[in-house]
Parts: sequence; structure tokens; C-alpha cells
Amino acid sequence: MSEFFGFTITGLAIASILAIGASGLVLTYTTTGVFNFAHGAIGMLGAFSYWQLRFGWNVPAPLAFVLVLFVIAPLFGCLLEKVIFRSLQGTPDAVRLVVTVSLLFALIGVANWIWDPTLSRPSHKFFPGSSFDIGGVKIQPAELISIGAALIVAVVLRLVLYNTRAGVAMRAAVDDRPLAALNGARPDRSAMLAWAIGCSLAMLSGVLYVGPIALDAASISILIVNAYAAAMIGRLRSLPMTFVGALLIGLGSEYWRGYTPQVSDAHWVVYFGKPIVDAIPVIVLFAVLLLLPAGRLRGHGTTRTRETYPVPSWNGALTFAAVVIGGSILAMPLLDRSDTLTFALLLGTAILALSLVPLVGLAGQVSLCQLSLAGIGGVTMANLGRGGSPMGLVWAFIFSAVVGALIALPALRLSGIHLALATAAFAVFMDKWVWGLRDFDLPFTNVTISLFPIGSLAVSRLKIFGFDTDATGKILGLEVSDADRQLLLLAVTFAVLALLVVWIRRGPFGRRLLAMKDSEAACATVGMNLVSTKVAVFAISAGMAGLGGGLIAGIRQSTSPDNWQFQAGLPIFMLGVAGGMGRIGGSLFAGVSFQVLNSMSLWPLLNTRFMGMGGPSGWFRSFGAASPGFMGIGLGRNPNGAVADMREGFEPIMHSKRALWLFAIIETALYVATLTFDSMNGWVLVIGTVLALGLCAQIGLQVGLSRGSLTPKPNPSIEEFGGTRLEWIGIDREVTTTDIALLDDKLGLAPAVLR
Amino acid sequence: MTDSPILSLQSVRAAYGRIEVIHGVDLEVFSGKVLALLGPNGAGKSTTLKVCAGLVAPTGGDYILCDRRVNGARPEDLARAGVCLIPEGKGIFPNLTVRENLWMATHTGTSLHDVEEVAYSRFERLSQRRNQLAGTMSGGEQQMLAMSRGLATNPRILLLDELSMGLAPIIVEELYEIVAQVASEGVSILVVEQFAQTVLGVADTAAIMVHGKITSVGAPSDIAMELSDAYMGAS
Repeated sequence: MSEFFGFTITGLAIASILAIGASGLVLTYTTTGVFNFAHGAIGMLGAFSYWQLRFGWNVPAPLAFVLVLFVIAPLFGCLLEKVIFRSLQGTPDAVRLVVTVSLLFALIGVANWIWDPTLSRPSHKFFPGSSFDIGGVKIQPAELISIGAALIVAVVLRLVLYNTRAGVAMRAAVDDRPLAALNGARPDRSAMLAWAIGCSLAMLSGVLYVGPIALDAASISILIVNAYAAAMIGRLRSLPMTFVGALLIGLGSEYWRGYTPQVSDAHWVVYFGKPIVDAIPVIVLFAVLLLLPAGRLRGHGTTRTRETYPVPSWNGALTFAAVVIGGSILAMPLLDRSDTLTFALLLGTAILALSLVPLVGLAGQVSLCQLSLAGIGGVTMANLGRGGSPMGLVWAFIFSAVVGALIALPALRLSGIHLALATAAFAVFMDKWVWGLRDFDLPFTNVTISLFPIGSLAVSRLKIFGFDTDATGKILGLEVSDADRQLLLLAVTFAVLALLVVWIRRGPFGRRLLAMKDSEAACATVGMNLVSTKVAVFAISAGMAGLGGGLIAGIRQSTSPDNWQFQAGLPIFMLGVAGGMGRIGGSLFAGVSFQVLNSMSLWPLLNTRFMGMGGPSGWFRSFGAASPGFMGIGLGRNPNGAVADMREGFEPIMHSKRALWLFAIIETALYVATLTFDSMNGWVLVIGTVLALGLCAQIGLQVGLSRGSLTPKPNPSIEEFGGTRLEWIGIDREVTTTDIALLDDKLGLAPAVLR
Repeated sequence: MTDSPILSLQSVRAAYGRIEVIHGVDLEVFSGKVLALLGPNGAGKSTTLKVCAGLVAPTGGDYILCDRRVNGARPEDLARAGVCLIPEGKGIFPNLTVRENLWMATHTGTSLHDVEEVAYSRFERLSQRRNQLAGTMSGGEQQMLAMSRGLATNPRILLLDELSMGLAPIIVEELYEIVAQVASEGVSILVVEQFAQTVLGVADTAAIMVHGKITSVGAPSDIAMELSDAYMGAS
């Protein structure tokens, strides 16, 4: 009995922290309509701030507690509201999602930037060492503090939201923001208050985590993700149900931990005993999302605002593929072994980003678990691709595609944040449970799949059509190392998959995907099968990710769970969005920027040049790691992505042969110089190429302008209609009788009878 | 009356993005008078009211309120200055209770006690439903709740958008009786309607709006004659 009591107290303490975190999330969601994926990261920032005050600067615990909760947190909330969330008013769900996910990532980066992750941070709970007995059970004061804090939060939140005018105004602003303003309430201030309280709650949950677990930015941020399950049980609306949810999860996992046998060879214990405890919250989250009443089909998509993805031409796509393969071949002599492998990894990342193009860019679905699917590919390649068998890669595609299709089943009824949460839950589930499992036999076969028994798995590199990508030797008289062969393999695979995506985009399936993104309701009314379309696009996307994962594992020749962590996949998603999810160029952008920002050679270089310090953990490197988050926050609002802008900038080169030739000459000179002189390195070539592109684009622009080929051709309809485009007549200005006569003429109608 | 108008729009233009929907509107509302703004669907009437309430900023012209130019003022500031818009459809918060809805009306300075007293004495049904979520009431009750904000907060000018929309004729008449009574207490009212009969009975002046412009202003009886033309689409 006393054992049960002990588990109950510990479970209640866990539930309390979850409840506090979840209620902050529900508060900001119900009062501002923004589901804040960065809620956990804000809590993490609270934990670190508290640690800094309490243990770094030896501020007394009560004062540190008050400073974090009532000064730092509200100020941070107001800052977030003013700088980021206010401008999200009226934006589609997808944009909010990208921005808050980016914020999550940026905050983890910022924390690692301020608090060097390589140092250990000793800390302890409130009142360490003191505990007291109730009925033979030792109780820590810290546990009682957590439980007490949750009770206070529950009561205070209820009072604030329902018994103060400010609280009613917050809830009113969600119902109808303009109407709240018409009542004389100030919705901006309500939102700011909501964010201030929300951040305080997030940071309170973070502070309560300090002590029992090691301070690690990413893991604390993800830990608070567990609160999402509780929030979803409250349907993101009801605070009482959120508390009930937190109790279920907290007590449930504690009883499970307490009553399942600790050590046993029984089959179920090995797989479902202790290992699954950490995954319980995400399993609950996934289950709740499955059981949520289905939403109605949306009349119009969430992202119909400004996205325009022109149909890619075959000429453009083939040129792109040729440039990727040709560029890789040309780069080989310039790069040393490790840079060549980095280049290959870059293309691997680009394949992962490319797998998001049909799913996110065309179909408008969201997936935050692409890296976990790639992990399935990596593990499959390690197990079934022994000795470089190409079947490993085939199975990698198939397994990942099947898992992707299974994920699609719940996704059929989810959209927006719910789908993002479900895929995030899947990714965390893989991290917490699947990657930690022992070896198991595949059902109906005699194949044993081993996961990570010693922390990593060896992966053989591919031998395909007699071409060994792990060998070194001459091809066509040229010395080609194993690293070069990996690069070539990745370049060809990326190019082929890019062409596949273009083929999908141009074909009937691509049109179905775009139609589904625009309006599921309209698609259903014309008889389109939404189920098969969604399952197919999830499977294709997952299969591509699995293929990419298998190839990446091959480059590294080993794979470990760290490679496929949920939070490691977020920057790929964000950079893909920043580059432009609807274009194959966007995925290359994501791959390039991902590797450049994480580059082991660039940041130490900048560190030594500008900060006078080297090493892998300097200022610039931390900034580099956080920057995808900043890019996502900034670029999340440009749904067409950076690649569209770049393409527009460099387009004029194609209009002038002189500019093209000049570019070719400069490039050749740079290339030869880099090959010849040791002092020229790859970065000089890259920067030189960008400058040359800019210069030649300018020349092309000038030539084009002087020839008149670049000025918009005088459009007869604009001339005739007095400077207004045909479709804007009557909107830009009033319709005149002359306009009507001209319109009739253009449309070949008999002249209207004018009154 | 020799007073200057309490609310005056002078050559006001307004647009949604690139699309201009009112092209230079002149309107004057005098103290204690009812002005009815009529016209077909899409004429720009509701947008005109939104300009008056600060929900849409004018792109041209002047919006003068009590002799002050207030172009671009925020809706909450105009509300606190005494402009009260009851928007088209349901001007209520469906997920708040009746009492909480009334509580929202206190932002302009009236106490909750006074607001509740006015609302419950005027619409007895609301007092029985004070703890019910407003979204679960009938359309007529919701419109009454919306109206009670206009009545209880002593606005200087009441802007009513399509009061009759979707309501039974008997409730519409009941609501317009209240409008007439409020006007007799000295509140200026600008009311927009598509269907004119009831509103012309209480208006002092009426105006017709077609294609984003005021085409005529005059006594309600004269305007009634012109209305059919406007609805037929001639301009």
C-alpha cells in the first residue's frame, strides 16, 4: 500500500508539471489561436534562466524563482507577442506552424549559444536532502511544491479567465477579434497578457524540471512536448480536461514504471516494460488525435494565400539535373575526402527535403517525421543491404513507404496543427521507443532486424550494376575514390528523384494533389478519392525519405539513433519551406544551407578570424546551428520561398549570349585556378561563382533592357484600356462606355445597346 | 437644425487591398436623428459602416466625428469615444455566456450592474439565459443581446448593420420600435438595410447607395419612390 502511495505522489508530481505546461499551451491557443510548438522551448529557457540565477550567480532560490516567473517570463512573452505573434494574425495555419516550429528550433539554438552545451551544470531540487515520511513513504518537498503549484495554477487560471474582465476579454478576442475591438476592448493588450501568462506557465514547468534531470536544451524542450498530449485531451479548449489528461499521463506512466517487472526476459517485458514508459505521453497524444471527432472537410485550404508554383518545364528540370550531376563531377578534383563526403551528405539532405515537395508543397500536408522515416531506411539498409546489396535500398524504400502509408491513415482526418502533432508524436515515439528496442524477427520471415545494440550499426555501401561505390580505382582513366563514388551516387539519385517529382507535378497525380490542397471539399464533390490520394502521396514521400536515409547511412558507413532524432529533422523542414516547398530547387537550397550552416570548416574559420577563438563550439557555430530557426521565422511568411526570388534575380543571364559566355569564361578561369593554386580553396570558388552570377545577371539585364527583350512587351489591351489590365476594369476604376465597346470588340460580341 | 453633424463622411474612399469598394461617399448624421442607408447587395453599405467604426481605414477623404478628423483611428478608440457598431449577423461572442457578453460591453465605461439592468429590463428573456452560452440561443435572442450593448452603453452614435437579417418580421418590428425609442432619447443612428419598409418608418432621412456611391439623399417618403430603380440595377 505504501508502495502505491509512493508511486501516486511521484505520479502526481509529474502530472502537475505536465498540467502546468499544458495549461499554458491551452491558454495561448484559446486566446490567440496560435498553437505554440515552441512552448516547451520557452519552458526550457525558463529552466536555464533559473539555473543561471540560482546556481550560476548564487541568487537565493525564492528570489530566482520570482525573477524568472514574474519578470523574465512575462517580458519574454510580451516580446514574442510584439515581434512575432502579432504579425501572425490572419495567417494560414501552415505559416503559424512553420514560424512556431522555427521558434522552437531557434530557442534551442540560442540556449546552446548562451549556455555552452559541453559544460556540465550541477543543480539540485528545491530543499535537497530534506524529505519527510507520510505513512512510511518518503516524500520530497520538491514533489509537494510541484503539486501545490499545479493546484494554484488551476485555481488562479480559472479565476482569471472566468471572473475578471481581462480574462473574459481574452476569450472574447478568440471568438471575434474585431467585435472585441468594437466593444472597446483592446485585443492587442489581451493577446500580450495571454502570452505573458502563457510564458510564465511554460517557464514554471521548466523551472520545476530543474534538479532531477540534466540540463540539456533539446531534451527539456522535447520533455515539455509531453504536455501536448494533456492539452489535446482537453481538446485545446478545456482547462479541467487538460488537468485530467495530465493526471492520466503522469499517474499512468508512473504506475507502469512501478509495477512492470524491472528485469525479466519475458518477451512482453523486454519490449513493453520499462522501454515504453518514456513513450507513453506520445502514444497517448497519437491516440487522442486518432479519436478526436473528425473535422469537416475544409471548404478551402489553409494556404491558398500567396503560394504560386509555376509548372516546371522539362527543359528546366533536365538542365537542373545536368547541373547537379555535372557540378558534382567537376567538384570532385577540388575537394578532399572529408569535403567530398560532406558534399554527398548535402545531397542526401536535399533528397530528404525533396521528399517533402510532393507532400507539403503539392498536397499541402505536413510532416515533421521525415527524418524518422529516413531512419527506417537507414536501419533497413544496415540490415538487408549487407555486402552492398541493392535490395537493401529497395527494401528501405518499401518499408518507409509502408510506414508512411500507415501514418497517412490517421492523417486522413487530420490537418494543420493536428497533423503536425501526430507526425511529431510519431517521430518522438521512434526516438523514445523503437530505436531503443532489442533485435526482433520480422513477422513471417526468418530475417532478424537488429536495431542499435551497441549504439550504432555498421552499414555497407552500395554495389549496383557492378559499380562498387565503396571501391577506389580508375574510371575512364581517372582516379575515382570511394568518397567520389558516393558523391556521384547521391548526385545521380537526387537528379533522378527530382525528375520524378517534376513528372508527378506535371501529371494528373500532381494536379490531384494541388486540387486537394486547394479544396478537399471540392475534390470530394467531383468524386476524387481523397483516401487513396493521401495514402499514395504519404507513401511516395516516405519512400523517398527512406531511400535518402539508406544512402545517407551508406555515406557515413554507420548509423545511430542520433542521426534520426526528431529535433534534428526540424531544420530540414524549415529550410525546405524557406527555399520553397513547391520546387525541386527549394530542396537543393535546403540541403546546401543545412550543410553550410552546420559546416565543420566554415564556423571555426569565422571564429578564428573574427572572434579570436577556434574549436567546434564557438560563437559562430552556435549561431549557425540556430540560424535555420531564424530563417524559418523570417521566411515562413514568404510561402514561395527564397529560390523563387533567386531565380528571378539570375534569370536575365538567359537573355544575353554575351552574359552567358562571360559567365562560362569566369567559371572556367575560377575552376582552373582552384585546381592549380593551393591558396585558392573551395570557398573562394563558391563566393566567386555567386559574384560572377550577380555580375552576369546585371550584364544580361542591361543588354536585355537595351534590346527591349526584357521590358514587358507593350500590351495592346493595357494601352486600349487606359493603362488598366482587362480584368481590373471596374475594380481599379469605373467602367466607361468606351470600355464596354472595346470589351465587346475583343470578345467578338455585337455592340451592346447602351442606355 | 443648425448644428454641425455629429458624424460626417466627406468624399470618403475605402478599399480591400487593390479593390476600391466605396468611391467618394458624402454622408452626414445629425444629433438625435436616424439616417437610413439603403441599397442593393454589394453597394458598399456595410463597408461604409466599417469605416465609421474604424474596422476599415479610409483610403481617401475625411471622416469627421464631432468636429475632429478621425481617419485611421482604431476601432477600440472609436468605441470608447461613443461609436457603437452592431455588426451584420450576430454581433455577439458565441462561446461566452450572456453575462460575459454584457461584461464585454463595460469597456466603454458603463458598470456591469448598469449594463445588466438595462439589458434585462429591456429584454426579459436574456435575464433567464444569463449563464447560457450566447451561441446556443435563437437568432432573435442573439440579436437582442447584440442590441443591448448599443442600448446600455449610452453611445453617442449607434451604427446598425442589417438589423433585420434572418429574423422573423415580428422580431424585426420589435427591434425597430426600440431603435425609434433610442433615437427619441437623443442618440444619433446610422442604420443600413437592404429591405427598406420597416426602417423607412423610423428614419428622419434616407440615402441610397449604389456601386459605392451615394446616388440620392432625401426624406424617407421620396426615397421610397426611387428605391425600385436602385434595386433594378440602374445607376
